[in-house]
Amino acid sequence: MSSAEARSEGRTMLFLRHLTSISCFFVETMKWTLVKPFQGKPLRLRSAIAQMDEVGVKSIPIVALVSFVIGVILVLQTAYQLDKFGAVGFAASLAGVALTREMAPLLTAIVLAGRVSAAFTAELGTMMVTEEITALEVMAISPVAYLVVPRFLAMVVMLPCLTVLSDVIGMAGGYFVGTLAIGIRPALYIHDTINALLVKDIMSGLVKSVVFAVIIAMVGCYTAFVVKGGSEGVGKSTMISVVTSLISIILADCLFTAIFYMFM
Amino acid sequence: MRLALETLIEVKNLCKSFEGRPVLEGINLAVERGSVFVIMGGSGCGKTTLLRNLIGVIRPDSGQILVGGEDITLFDEKRMDGYRKRFGMLFQMGALLNSLSVRDNIALPLREHTRLDEKIIGVMVKMKLELVGLRDFEHLKPAQLSGGMQKRVALARALALDPEIVFYDEPTSGLDPVVTGVISQLILDLSKRMGITSVVITHDIGSAFMIADKMVVLFRGKVVAEGTPQQIRESPDPLVQQFIHGRPDGPIPLRQSSRDYLEDLLDI
Repeated sequence: MSSAEARSEGRTMLFLRHLTSISCFFVETMKWTLVKPFQGKPLRLRSAIAQMDEVGVKSIPIVALVSFVIGVILVLQTAYQLDKFGAVGFAASLAGVALTREMAPLLTAIVLAGRVSAAFTAELGTMMVTEEITALEVMAISPVAYLVVPRFLAMVVMLPCLTVLSDVIGMAGGYFVGTLAIGIRPALYIHDTINALLVKDIMSGLVKSVVFAVIIAMVGCYTAFVVKGGSEGVGKSTMISVVTSLISIILADCLFTAIFYMFM
Repeated sequence: MRLALETLIEVKNLCKSFEGRPVLEGINLAVERGSVFVIMGGSGCGKTTLLRNLIGVIRPDSGQILVGGEDITLFDEKRMDGYRKRFGMLFQMGALLNSLSVRDNIALPLREHTRLDEKIIGVMVKMKLELVGLRDFEHLKPAQLSGGMQKRVALARALALDPEIVFYDEPTSGLDPVVTGVISQLILDLSKRMGITSVVITHDIGSAFMIADKMVVLFRGKVVAEGTPQQIRESPDPLVQQFIHGRPDGPIPLRQSSRDYLEDLLDI
């Protein structure tokens, strides 16, 4: 076996090992979220609410800005193409469907992957390096219950909320440019959008956003728990965390889009 | 003035290696209830690994750790948590939670493991802080305290649940002589007045001789000397003598490479 082969096999093994341990990490998180509260170990709701403020409420401005601009771009781009067929009027419905099914969940998740995944890894990774996490363990306090579950809950609750917000603001952006720049009649734009949207479009977007939330929270926290080697390790893990969540989000998006396409 | 010479912690033939490199090679020691037991040794001799085994953060490859007659290496997570509530631990850098105030840090184990009223917890936090002389600082964040104060707060947190054992990881490293003296005195007081068993890991010779009832010297994962401070001081072992007097020449090698220096240079 050549050394390159050996190295690639080593990498495959490493990847599989990480995949196994992140799955165990997820199972542990679910145990503390869904099972332990019924065995007299209540959820730390106060801490979860503080995290919701941190990851959710404070992300509103940036999510709103990105969604508005994406709405504008979507309508402009589709109008440009549809103009060739004399069907500019369809821009409204196209933008609405594209936003709710795809763009709003994906872009919100990407914004949060950069903002939140990095923050989780940097904060928890530093706690790992300064032995704060070991200290929790030694005080018989589960670090998963104390640190991970509130962050997990915050993400799973807030990302779908932010996605709904993104849906609305994105469509407002489309309405803005569609009525003012392209000249679609306001009443027609609203009518078209409402007619084109089905509940299942919005639902499939929300299902995706829950999956993305799980990915961001798990990758962000897991990479922190495997930090090695001081501040350099924290920096490296933070980078790995952002890249991994971005790639996983896009892969998961592809998978779920395919599933929805086939079964809905 | 000890009442009974009962062994509380007993380590039997403990071995641990990391990636094939042995770190602990058959450690044996016994700690009596209510005494101060000091583990000394140079950097990289396995002190920290030994301590991590004692607090159940890592498990040994072989050997036993008996605490009150029960082998903690066989404990599952639930029983381990029960054991962990019986001891406190002072980490080298304090390991206070930076996001919480001093008060909340000390209250944390109380809030997690007791159903005490918030008012009573407040009183207990004040008592623990008074013990380490920092009652005025309960509303500050750990980052606003000096290193020595952080360690004292961490000690207060370690004592929050009134443990029977306290483990100290380098309690005096990086502190000025006065704070070193204060912490050493605190460890002594806790043991003599409250009967807390202390296990201290240190390479601070002065403080070690001041507080120890019994001490061991580790070298390369083995116990090379054991006894009272007097016995250690009079030990004929040149290794021990070099260590306690901090002499640069002696059996403890400065260089840790296995290859010949000349060979290594010529290789480039």
